[in-house]
Amino acid sequence: MTDAYIYDAVRSPRGRGRKDGSLHEVTAVSLSRQVLNAIKERSDLETRGVEDVIWGNATQVMEQGGCLARTAVLASDFDERVPGLSINRFCASGMEAVNLAANQVRAGAGEAYVAGGVEMMSRVAMGSDGAAIAVDPSVAMDSYFVPQGIAADIIATEYGFSREQCDAFAVESQNRAAAAWDAGRFDKSVITIRDTNGLPILDRDEYMRPDTDMQKLGALNASFQQMGEVMPGFDKVAMMKYPHLERINHVHHAGNSSGIVDGAAAVLVGSKAFGEAHGLKPRARIRATAKIGTDPTIMLTGPVPVTHKILEDHGMKISDIDLFEVNEAFSAVALRFMQAFDVDPGRVNVNGGAIAMGHPLGATGAIIIGTLLDELERSDKELGLATLCVASGMGAATIIERV
Amino acid sequence: MTDFTMDKGADGVAVITWDVPNKSMNVLSFDALKTLDGLVEDALGDDAVKGIVITSGKPDFAAGMDLNVLAKLRDDAGANPAKGLFDGIMQMHGALRKIERAGMDDKNKGGKPIAAALPGSALGIGLEIPLACHRIFAADNPKAKIGLPEIMIGIFPGAGGTTRLARKLGAMAASPFLLEGKLSEPSKAKSAGLIDEVVADPVAAAKDWVLSASDKDIVKPWDEKGYKMPGGAPYHPAGFMTFVGASAMVNGKTKGVFPAAKALLSSVYEGALVPFDTALRIEARYFTSILMNPSSSAMIRSLFINKGALEKGANRPDAPDQTVRKVGILGAGMMGAGIALVSAQAGIEVVLVDQSREAAERGKAHSATYMDEGIKRKKATPEKKEQMLGRIEATDDYAALAACDLIVEAVFEDPSVKAEATRKVEAVIGPDCIFATNTSTLPITDLAEVSQRPEQYIGIHFFSPVEKMNLVEIIKGAKTGDRAVAKALDFVRQIRKTPIVVNDARFFYANRCIIPYINEGVRMVAEGVAPPLIENGAKLVGMPLGPLQLVDEISIDLGVKIAKATRAAMGDAYPDAAVDEVLFAMADQGRMGRKSGSGFYAYEESGKRKGLWEGLEAAYPVSEGQPEVSEVQHRLLMAQVLEAVRAFEEGVLTDIREGDVGAILGWGFAPWSGGPFSWLDIIGATRAVAICDVLEADHGTRFKAPQLLRDMAAKGESFYGRYGDGQSVKAA
Repeated sequence: MTDAYIYDAVRSPRGRGRKDGSLHEVTAVSLSRQVLNAIKERSDLETRGVEDVIWGNATQVMEQGGCLARTAVLASDFDERVPGLSINRFCASGMEAVNLAANQVRAGAGEAYVAGGVEMMSRVAMGSDGAAIAVDPSVAMDSYFVPQGIAADIIATEYGFSREQCDAFAVESQNRAAAAWDAGRFDKSVITIRDTNGLPILDRDEYMRPDTDMQKLGALNASFQQMGEVMPGFDKVAMMKYPHLERINHVHHAGNSSGIVDGAAAVLVGSKAFGEAHGLKPRARIRATAKIGTDPTIMLTGPVPVTHKILEDHGMKISDIDLFEVNEAFSAVALRFMQAFDVDPGRVNVNGGAIAMGHPLGATGAIIIGTLLDELERSDKELGLATLCVASGMGAATIIERV
Repeated sequence: MTDFTMDKGADGVAVITWDVPNKSMNVLSFDALKTLDGLVEDALGDDAVKGIVITSGKPDFAAGMDLNVLAKLRDDAGANPAKGLFDGIMQMHGALRKIERAGMDDKNKGGKPIAAALPGSALGIGLEIPLACHRIFAADNPKAKIGLPEIMIGIFPGAGGTTRLARKLGAMAASPFLLEGKLSEPSKAKSAGLIDEVVADPVAAAKDWVLSASDKDIVKPWDEKGYKMPGGAPYHPAGFMTFVGASAMVNGKTKGVFPAAKALLSSVYEGALVPFDTALRIEARYFTSILMNPSSSAMIRSLFINKGALEKGANRPDAPDQTVRKVGILGAGMMGAGIALVSAQAGIEVVLVDQSREAAERGKAHSATYMDEGIKRKKATPEKKEQMLGRIEATDDYAALAACDLIVEAVFEDPSVKAEATRKVEAVIGPDCIFATNTSTLPITDLAEVSQRPEQYIGIHFFSPVEKMNLVEIIKGAKTGDRAVAKALDFVRQIRKTPIVVNDARFFYANRCIIPYINEGVRMVAEGVAPPLIENGAKLVGMPLGPLQLVDEISIDLGVKIAKATRAAMGDAYPDAAVDEVLFAMADQGRMGRKSGSGFYAYEESGKRKGLWEGLEAAYPVSEGQPEVSEVQHRLLMAQVLEAVRAFEEGVLTDIREGDVGAILGWGFAPWSGGPFSWLDIIGATRAVAICDVLEADHGTRFKAPQLLRDMAAKGESFYGRYGDGQSVKAA
């Protein structure tokens, strides 16, 4: 079987996902177009050789609807003969795009793909595409649906993470992100987003709060306590699934949860032959991919079983992995991963994560693969594992290996 | 004589009057619905008729569907009951939709106005028919109740009421009426949008309206182009939040054991996404599923049909009327004071006796406080309070009991105290007076030994608090005569409570089942089962309180007292030493339950429960491997249910209907199941025996399946199949 390689990875800076965010004026199509064009230009890519553009997005309505992938291709400088595929695995959409591309390359279905995703959270509100699992009683009740924040608090309760531990993890994420930006560690991948005249709009992640400390976080109210304990009372639903818990410990808030941001990312995936034909040098091999379903109520524990699965399926051990990217959807998600595998926090999210820089749902999976690759190169390590928790109880993982 | 009759007036208004012969309230049968449909058809086709008014010939409009019909609907639905039920429900929709469309064409032209005129209460289908009409007029009658209480009996409004009300008011505004069965008096029903007008003469107003209504006035919003659900359909941003919250709330509240609420919500959700007629069909499919669910028929059977039968004296011996005129209550403590209150409320003269005048007055003051609360909440008046207090004579003089025809002795739970009270009372009362002792645990036959007339001596077990708990357990001692039983039953009927009659045995019926439930929970604590798993496991099968919370409420020292007495009586055969270890340790630390501000739970100063006591885990560490919640639930349910079966097998309980009704009313046994015997019928004797076998192997002989259950499993029989008509084991 052919191997699949990463030839390049780029991303936009992440803009605050609100009306005053810098990228709020940019359309999902425009942001997608700019990262697609960047990946084309950086590799001087003959786009006719690209089999497909696989584009992750978690909210496929309005400007993100109607197969945004194809719209973005048409808006970009890509050859119109390149099709587009919009996919949705919620927060792992961008990773799934890369994994799907890699597995098709391996199977011989095309030599090269551009895979990634976009999410304009300031323009297309999270959840505005509807979701039967939340509102259709026949499934919402039977699957004990609770919102993600409640699920994150269940993780904290079930696995014993205190508010202080969650806050400390968030402070560390902010510190690492600030240090990484200061050291220029994202320079290789982050492109400047521009207007139609070429004037710059944003060149740096703007969600970060480097002055965050325990005291500031300590002043924030738990975000999900009201909806959990009072109206409509999701904790009661949580305890139907987890009856050994007497109460849910509400520890998460805006400061130790991932930020709502706008952003996009793209990864160029291809076979060895593709690189040789186009004079491109591969940066990493996509060693393994995996996805899994887990309990939908606690919902966000997927990184643990999917990591077990990916390691077992490929005869690897956790100690084989040099660096980890675990998407910081909530502090407890990353804390649970480190607890389950007993891994050194110094090898996880070394340049910060979504708590500091934000989590543009459909793009993040591709972003963290790029961040992992940059850091493997910078620190001259070999193997990296990226993983995300996914809504409705799923998990996804990718292992990359420098070549 | 038919249930509906029509009178076509010279003014062009056809008045259809609902008046079921020989019943005080209108209830709907399927035959009657066909009659109504025929009359509507006739009026719509008659050029002389300009409009129709549907009203009642009784003080109220209607009480709803005939529950006797409803309970047997599934059995009567033919070889393919789901299809039979669905077709029947669709016919009902057809009849009501005919009223709603009233002969209109597809441009909403040419229909005849149809109004409902409600003289009084309109409940269930008694409101669903009006909701299909074009305008609802109710009499200005503050005593009338208007609403859709179906959810309270384990079903939901299935004649279009769910779909119509959700579309009329929106999901959020309709939810108290649909999901909680909220009833309103006419003026409140009008402001909520349930009905349209409150008037002095609803028939006259309705006639005026049908004669003046235009084509536009009779078109329902959902039959017009561009209809939007108030508050937003499920995928409208506002509606989305409503529906997310609704599923969570219903889930948390019903704990997944009341299928009707979920089916109702699904009808509203799925119905909101399709045109009206399709929504009715969806409602019919879900309603069919609920009628097919054994839980709904079991609930209707226990909570209405059999409860009603027991209240009407199903097990009353053949004896002359024993209406109580004057009751003597001995002991003015919490129980005595409560019994005095409910007796005086029922219009019975009360003599309340205690050792001192002050103690008796304190007991009487309880009634005053209770009435003051009622006045504050506008449920009572100062006049009523005075009348009621006037019926209670508080005294320390036993001679005042001389004229009483019933004595209820509610002194301290101690045989010698009770014996002395019995002797003193019997010295003053007349020869026909019946003596009832209120006790929750002491054997009646033993207590009766001091009585000069044991055939007039009976046990009567009130539940606390008396004014709230609706069950009364009547216990026959070995020598208790029929007239004493009739007296107790007539008294319970007067105070509007529900009686069960049992034979004398340790803990009678209710406590015999409650104690093993508590013990099983406490035993699990000792075993290292996580306490929240015990408590949540209980609630997730529909128990209102977990066993640990229950023993905290009852008080742990009472548990200790009962355990010690039982131990003394049983000697080496006593099976609950493991339980006592925990209970006695709690008592030794002064943790007596809620009343002491500490027990299995911790309490705030105000008495509010904070959460499980943190020391519990230190004393009884939670073990590594926890059982499945289903195992916890089987233990907690079977602990109660097997006692109920044994009580029946031994002849303590003589009627499974009493066993089921008593369990739900007495200690809140999983109401969705219809009671312990109904639950066994739902799961089937074979499966019940299999569960017992596993539990017995894992946890001991207390879970050994009773022979009666094994016999039924072997023969493929059910409790209600064998004993549903009230027969006892012995009679059968």
